[in-house]
Amino acid sequence: MSTVLTAPAEQVTEELRDAGQPLRDRGFRWLLFAALSVGIITLAVLLVFVFSKGMPRLTPTLWQNMPSIRFPDKAGAQSAIMGTIWVIVTTAVICLPVGVMAAIYLEEYADASKRFNRIVEINIQNLAAVPSIVYGILGLGVIARALMLGQTVITAALTLSLLVLPVVIISSREAIRAVPQSIRAGSLALGATQWQTVSRQVLPAAVPGIATGAILALSRAIGEAAPLLLLGAVTFITFNPDGLMSSYTVMPIQIYNWISQSREEFQILAAALCIILLAVLLLMNGFAIYLRNRFQRRW
Amino acid sequence: MTTTSTTAAGGPQFSLRRSSPRYGEKLIKALLMACAGVSIATTLGIIWALFVPAFQFFQTIPITDFLFGTQWSPLFADPQFGVLPLVSGTLIITGIACLVALPLGLLTAMYLSEYAADRTRRILKPVLEVLAGIPTVIFGFFALEFVTQVLLQNIWPQTEVFNALSAGLVMGVMIIPTIASLSEDAMSAVPRALREGAYALGSSKRQVTLKVVVPAALSGIVAAFVLGVSRAIGETMIVAVAAGLQPVLSLNVLGGMQTMTSFIAAAGSGDQPTGSIGYQTIFAVGALLFLMTLVMNMFSIRVVRKFREVYE
Repeated sequence: MSTVLTAPAEQVTEELRDAGQPLRDRGFRWLLFAALSVGIITLAVLLVFVFSKGMPRLTPTLWQNMPSIRFPDKAGAQSAIMGTIWVIVTTAVICLPVGVMAAIYLEEYADASKRFNRIVEINIQNLAAVPSIVYGILGLGVIARALMLGQTVITAALTLSLLVLPVVIISSREAIRAVPQSIRAGSLALGATQWQTVSRQVLPAAVPGIATGAILALSRAIGEAAPLLLLGAVTFITFNPDGLMSSYTVMPIQIYNWISQSREEFQILAAALCIILLAVLLLMNGFAIYLRNRFQRRW
Repeated sequence: MTTTSTTAAGGPQFSLRRSSPRYGEKLIKALLMACAGVSIATTLGIIWALFVPAFQFFQTIPITDFLFGTQWSPLFADPQFGVLPLVSGTLIITGIACLVALPLGLLTAMYLSEYAADRTRRILKPVLEVLAGIPTVIFGFFALEFVTQVLLQNIWPQTEVFNALSAGLVMGVMIIPTIASLSEDAMSAVPRALREGAYALGSSKRQVTLKVVVPAALSGIVAAFVLGVSRAIGETMIVAVAAGLQPVLSLNVLGGMQTMTSFIAAAGSGDQPTGSIGYQTIFAVGALLFLMTLVMNMFSIRVVRKFREVYE
């Protein structure tokens, strides 16, 4: 009934608004719009600044050569680019299965009245807001030193996995929750077990939502530098990783290293590597938005 | 917003009494539960990693010296372990960020929730998501190279290369999307009937927004603010790049400052031998940082649970 009433009511208010809006109301509208513009203009200025500064050095040497402290004109970032690929692929392999399975448990199996499940629930919300550098301390104290994995690709990947796990869990849960109950009921009524229902009905229907969340989580991991500062990524590395136990550096850390050099050539190199990093992230973001708009079904 | 209630979706209400137990199903359930348990293990790991070395640290350095000392020079020949300069640096830069982000984030949320047409919103929200997705090291680069050198040093020539103001301003822009998107969720959840009631009494759109929607969504807005502040406190790369590394107890925002996070980053990227006092300071400062953000997060979760206006 209310839906019948709302449509005309909104039309009426729209008409009233246009009829004679006092100056104060129009001013307020402009104030809101101006506030919104600050963020967007800053984003635009940042992009223009980074692109115009880095463009001259966006040449093939940037991905063909290794970093160099003495020769900025020949320096490249190949070890950082390869390092990012190694670390992020490993992170994805670790955190996506664990995150999605945890989400399935919480949505499909967990009994919310049990204490364990309530603790998990609050715990995930808290973990999502723990500063990333604290995860670096966790990686340093537990993964690198106590588990003796050292300052390697696998340590970085495990640490980043724990860092983005709450993001993966929260977004996967939302995707799973959006699948309507009737699908589960239908499957169970036909004699399927709970796991058969989850794996053959619920999960396939939730894949687009889960994939969107996964891409956003990984794009956060790609840009993350703070925890890796504590995990050996700042070391001057001029070779590509050759395994999980290899030393490594990643793009955000290489940018940080170049910013710390005082010579202007290195600032330009940093900007050029920022362009590559931003391009990768914008592509991933765009792909996530595309997935969301193209495949997400309204039930 | 993050959901607080779990109704076990396909859960127990469908289970039928079976003649034989299905071991495969039980095994899968145990495996899934173990994955959910990883989050508990993470928290325990964080607490263990932080508080064991921090405890050793406080056996050497009295905790009162740490909390109330005004000199911070742990790696010098004559080490001083007063954390106040790092705390003040953190709070000052966070304060600047909040002056930018709280009003702008809230006004942005009002625009998106109450004023923007559907199509505008569909364009603006992804743009804000992109802003939220920019790596913080790039924000730091922007703060150092553009905000400081192009803007601030032209306005106030005495601005130092590394200064708190540029880091705080850029950090503020960084957390606008967090605050805007969480506040907008809270405002969109306010039922239409409340707005219509106010319109029927002759309110303008501005009055409805400010006097009906914002008060009704207040708990969500407060939670968004608290979460934004906690993100600012924990942010590392912007301050590590743009705010400098001098731990000074001062109010001069045009000069450099060190925060808790940038100290951890600087001390942790050098190679401190395990067990040395320099190594332990990382964990002591980390424990303080963790406790500060934890208190804020718990507060924010509480506020949402306790004071949420429940509408039919």
